[in-house]
Amino acid sequence: MILFLSNFLHIPYNMYDINIWLTPERRMYMKNTKLFKLLAVVVAVIMVVGVMAGCSKATEADKGETTATSDSSDTIYRSLDEIKESGSIKIGVFSDKNPFGYVDENGEYQGYDVYFARRIAEDLGVDVEFVSTEAANRVESLQTGKVDIILANFTVTEERAQQVDFALPYMNVALGVVSPSDKVITDLSQIGADDAVIVISGTTAEIYLEENNPEITLKKYDTYSDAKTAFENGQGVAWANDNTEVIAYAKTVDGYTVGIPKLGSDDTIAPAVTKGNESLLNWINEKIKSLADEQFFHKDYEETLVDTYGKDYEEELVVEGGVIA
Amino acid sequence: MQALVTDLGFDVLFRGTNFTRLLGGMWVTLEISLISVALSIILGILLGVVMTLKNPVTKAICRVYLEIVRIMPQLVLLFIVYYGSARLIGLKFEPEFAAVIVFTFWGTAEMGDLVRGALQSIPIHQYESAYALGMNRSQTYFSIVIPQTIRRLLPLSINLVTRMIKTTPLIVMIEVVEATKVARQIIDANRVASPNAAFGLFFVIFVLYFAVCWPISLLASHLEKKWSN
Repeated sequence: MILFLSNFLHIPYNMYDINIWLTPERRMYMKNTKLFKLLAVVVAVIMVVGVMAGCSKATEADKGETTATSDSSDTIYRSLDEIKESGSIKIGVFSDKNPFGYVDENGEYQGYDVYFARRIAEDLGVDVEFVSTEAANRVESLQTGKVDIILANFTVTEERAQQVDFALPYMNVALGVVSPSDKVITDLSQIGADDAVIVISGTTAEIYLEENNPEITLKKYDTYSDAKTAFENGQGVAWANDNTEVIAYAKTVDGYTVGIPKLGSDDTIAPAVTKGNESLLNWINEKIKSLADEQFFHKDYEETLVDTYGKDYEEELVVEGGVIA
Repeated sequence: MQALVTDLGFDVLFRGTNFTRLLGGMWVTLEISLISVALSIILGILLGVVMTLKNPVTKAICRVYLEIVRIMPQLVLLFIVYYGSARLIGLKFEPEFAAVIVFTFWGTAEMGDLVRGALQSIPIHQYESAYALGMNRSQTYFSIVIPQTIRRLLPLSINLVTRMIKTTPLIVMIEVVEATKVARQIIDANRVASPNAAFGLFFVIFVLYFAVCWPISLLASHLEKKWSN
């Protein structure tokens, strides 16, 4: 190969020799390579900036275009008819968030979100293709049309609602506080000045308590298991986390009670589609409303969540027909 | 012993199809990295030859290419190829395909640079001696230059190959389910039943990666020994 190329391009046999760099013409050439280096750097910078600018422009263009040409078939998302025609729907779910979306020991997707996803595909009359998604990728996946729907414990926030279209909610989330059963904390005012509350760094619980109750001392841990160990060793009087998490914890470990099952603003979890995909969005909304007749999400809860949370929290967590109680 | 097996989560491995899924995840890793490695070696050798040309245009292009690969984290490249292509030109390809593109793009640049280095390190007297012995050009290349180039190239390229295999867990970020992701799925599905499963599973992942990379290192040292005489 080398031989072939070198013949073809008339390369001198001594091209690999460093000595040829020392002839006068080579020295001129070396000066030139400095220029090239500079040129290369400049070009690279321009390219990077160009790609970045292109990306942000495309986002803006997307937003404008999708509203203008929502009926044309060259949109990034697939409309309801296109999904039906193709015979399969791509739904982004978590594959490692038991019990909402996880993979069981036989390799099958399971969980509260997955149960609903299967029903959507069934009623659309198409096959379901699950895409294992990461929390940070959910918005991006929708915006680039990699999935048709995201059903991955997706909490509705104002910021996200500007980037994707949320359908009606199907679940409630709030913060919760768990404490030892013999010293149950039912109100944050019971926490004294010397007491500490355990939180996991970066969670909504940490952000909420720092903003709204700055007088409470927080002990922060990086992982779930560190926080758990610290709490069980009495490092704090209570542990604040998503209410689903603390409820599940109190249910599996004896001697602990969820004194505050709801703290802070009520958030909801809803399916999301690509911004502008109205045909699919309307279909999902209608579906969620009509599923209330058969109490679908209560059935979903009993199939998937009851082992983790027990019957007591069913009404608290489930949203039926998109109506928040 | 039984307690140890349960405590460290090794029992989780053999529940249901967990172990087969883990192996399946490892196969995805291997498939993507080996295809990329094969493409990188072929394209890298060509690029390496092109890099030794004196043509200022090819030199500039190679330079820019190499610098882009050097300064861009692979994760950024993955995002650009997978999500960026969909946004900019509406291209939708499978995440595995995007991964092969990125790893080949990266591997080719590094391999090209290694080949260039190896070619340029063959001293001129090797050529001259060959010609003095009456060899023609093709004889010189095939019996003198190429064997020496390959020998110098081998340790460096093995390093690159294992590095490429070890970088594949990044593809989780573009939604490919490979070995580490399967491990996280299994750990999470058994979060309550076996809270310490993480240790057992990641130990198994370590063993799997070792089983893949160790033979490559062995082969390399075997060849090095064989060719040194």
